[in-house]
Amino acid sequence: MSDMIGKGILVQGLCKSYGNKPVLWDLNLEVNWGEILVLFGANGAGKTTLLRILSTQARADSGTIQVAGYNAKRQHQNIRQNVGVVAHQSLMYEDMTARENLMFYAKMYRIDDIKLSVEEVLVRVGLESRADDRLRTLSHGMKKRLAIARATLHDPKVLILDEPEAGLDEVSTVNLGNLLYEWVQKGKAVLMTTHNIDIGTNWANRVAILSNGAINEIDSIKVEDIKRKLYGNSMRPDVNYD
Amino acid sequence: MLTMTNNFHVFAAILSKDILLDFRGRDIIFSVPIFGILLILLFNFALDVTPDMVDDLAPGILWVSFAFSGVLTMNRSFVREKEQGGLEGLLISPISRDIIFFGKAASNFLFMILVEFVLLLALAVMLGFLVTSWVLVLTIVLTTIGFATLGTLFSAIAVETRSREVMLPVLFFPLIIPILIGAVEVTSEVIGGTSGAVARWLPLIGIFDALFLIICPWLFSAIIQE
Repeated sequence: MSDMIGKGILVQGLCKSYGNKPVLWDLNLEVNWGEILVLFGANGAGKTTLLRILSTQARADSGTIQVAGYNAKRQHQNIRQNVGVVAHQSLMYEDMTARENLMFYAKMYRIDDIKLSVEEVLVRVGLESRADDRLRTLSHGMKKRLAIARATLHDPKVLILDEPEAGLDEVSTVNLGNLLYEWVQKGKAVLMTTHNIDIGTNWANRVAILSNGAINEIDSIKVEDIKRKLYGNSMRPDVNYD
Repeated sequence: MLTMTNNFHVFAAILSKDILLDFRGRDIIFSVPIFGILLILLFNFALDVTPDMVDDLAPGILWVSFAFSGVLTMNRSFVREKEQGGLEGLLISPISRDIIFFGKAASNFLFMILVEFVLLLALAVMLGFLVTSWVLVLTIVLTTIGFATLGTLFSAIAVETRSREVMLPVLFFPLIIPILIGAVEVTSEVIGGTSGAVARWLPLIGIFDALFLIICPWLFSAIIQE
């Protein structure tokens, strides 16, 4: 992985507002190569906005952003070629089959051996038997698995995942965890958000919490520490915060 | 050269994807031509068109039905992308925004040409309008290029608004009117067998097309970022 220069993700002094409402301010974040960083945050904390900026779907108002070693202001296309994104939606077409969708995106990423790559990712997410079914006939969990297949189709150096485990059954969640583990074993970087503290702490090499528009990194990966940081004094002993 | 070939493959993939989705989601492939035919039928009854009036009324009926059917075509262009998240998927792909724009515009153009062919047949059957002229074909093609190019841009803008079905024609028609007037004038001349307006209006339609083909992709890239 000699072409992996700098950090997987490097963010310095990022600010982003929607109108007069600041969402992120003076945010600093690093994700090293070969590392899964799990980002926690309450609803509306700005996690999705941050991921949209990192995947070049939105512009930051100010700050320095590097993803896969490329500058987000000047090297959009390089970042897009080297980043795989799993968003809340599948980002695919309901009236096309799973295979047709993946073939389409393989062309968008200019993959050389399209058929082989598509078959590989279909097997990776366990959807080879449903490959010729239209998306609208697949369950939410299957669509999520297909979204993971789409995100990994072009073998990106950095994976950006927004609650990837949401809607997945237990087996698929374990498979996703294994996939991410293999991913970072190859020296690649993963940034994911989740509300599931158990999954997040199990999968992460490092964890961070996004609150008040900035990152609060915590040294330990202890569930209690994360809950305390996330929910503070509003934590009640009779509520299950998982 | 390699980049151009790659870009063409991406363009072709977007175009063929849109055509596939049009045929799979059968609602639009049937509803737009039917809407156009209904418009012609309404004009036929409302204006009580007789054979000696066809030459005078046909250009207006033809282009009004083309234009309104065209707006329906444009409306669906980005709605499907937006609702299914496909646009977001395209935007995080390492492809130029221009290629996305031209792929969408080309699919709109082809769909409109198909609808216009059906409406020409309907005009022939219902009003006895039978004109075979290469000038008319050229006018239809040039006008449809301009219509599809500008319409694709405004479809991308309107899809972000709440009342997108209303916003698209409100934003779009004021700017497309010069081309439509030119098309009606040329069609009248072709039917009347004269050529004065043809030499005046056809180049003008061509100039508008060229302007739209340059400006619209640029504006699309600017507005689509967020």
